[in-house]
Amino acid sequence: MNLSDSKVKLGIAGAVCGIVAAVLAVMGNPGNMAICIACFIRDTAGALGMHQAAVVQYARPEIIGIVLGAFIISVVTKEYRSTAGSSPMIRFVLGMMIMIGSLLFLGCPLRMVIRMSAGDLNAYVALVGFVLGIATGIAALKRGFSLGRSHETNKMNGAVLPVLMIGILVLALMGSALLISSESGPGSMHAPLIIALIGGLVFGAFAQKSRMCFAGSIRDIILMKNFDLFVVIAGLFVVMLVYNIATGNFAFSFTGKPVAHAQHLWNILGMYIVGFAATLAGGCPLRQLVLAGQGSSDAAVTVAGLFVGAALCHNLKLASAAAAPATAEAEAVIGGPSIQGKIAAVICIVVLFVIAFGGNKRSTK
Amino acid sequence: MKEVDARGLSCPEPLMLTAEALKSTSGPVKVLVSEPHQKTNVEKFAKDHGRKAVSTQKGSEFEIVID
Repeated sequence: MNLSDSKVKLGIAGAVCGIVAAVLAVMGNPGNMAICIACFIRDTAGALGMHQAAVVQYARPEIIGIVLGAFIISVVTKEYRSTAGSSPMIRFVLGMMIMIGSLLFLGCPLRMVIRMSAGDLNAYVALVGFVLGIATGIAALKRGFSLGRSHETNKMNGAVLPVLMIGILVLALMGSALLISSESGPGSMHAPLIIALIGGLVFGAFAQKSRMCFAGSIRDIILMKNFDLFVVIAGLFVVMLVYNIATGNFAFSFTGKPVAHAQHLWNILGMYIVGFAATLAGGCPLRQLVLAGQGSSDAAVTVAGLFVGAALCHNLKLASAAAAPATAEAEAVIGGPSIQGKIAAVICIVVLFVIAFGGNKRSTK
Repeated sequence: MKEVDARGLSCPEPLMLTAEALKSTSGPVKVLVSEPHQKTNVEKFAKDHGRKAVSTQKGSEFEIVID
């Protein structure tokens, strides 16, 4: 089945992913998070003990499902290609920076769109940074930026990340004590395992067939005036918008939104880093999971960077704090980045400029 | 025939190179890519620009000739 030959089919694919996100939100995933790739990789890193932030530790079956969904559909449709060798360590660092930027804003591009569909104005502010980051990445691409060619490797190499995901799934299904699970906070809020897994599988399969990519959608508009990938995102946005309006969750506001903060500059810079790094890496966090599922070890290395970046964010306190209203026990929290997070953001931007404009040029050979 | 070797390159490089090649010549262009989604993208790009594209699979890779 080819989904990418018509905009209607692409829109429907996006809508199916939107329905999955809405169902997962109804079934217990955290508010306005539904199926955030960065948050859920961060939670999974916590479940594996890579960081000890007690409120964000849970092996998210959605992440496992997306990788396996993309893996299965690409094998069935003969699109599986085991490849590797395109600047893996630079991709690892880009993955780390994508996570650092995401946790500065508190969400990946997918969650940004989900937050936009609930009227979270901070996400609209962050979108400005995301577009500017992508535009900077495009400027580098136009100057000949490239991470070089990947090459075919033996088939087993591309299956390593899917197999690791199956390993985590087996531990989760056994209820193994090896995996840490939050008892409170966002990590404790989740849809039942099987539903989350099925949701992830469907999301991964449709994302693979539609080439869904949040960074790619804006990149293609700016670079090629092509709206194909944007239609996929629009489909997802519309479904989530309808869901939020129907459930009374929609309201334009900078405050009172779950797991969000209103530090505009840092929301912009966080998503600037994500847009810039994702354009250099050839796709957003979701697309990296999908590419890894269809055999790209380079994308799998980027995913490994996302995991390590998540661990760093919580171990070194780079992640932003969410705003919270005052309660009987605690004062109100303004939320926003820590001083460590601000320093990390500046370092990321400098490193991104070095990677983008410091000599990674396309070879004609 | 002008040839574009985009095998193994990440998105959007195959399309950028194809666009460059189509701009530089009015004659046929041969594009080599590794991934099925890149093959589809190049075919669509050619079609959107009023050109005809014929693809053949060569092993695990693809050759697209744009007329």
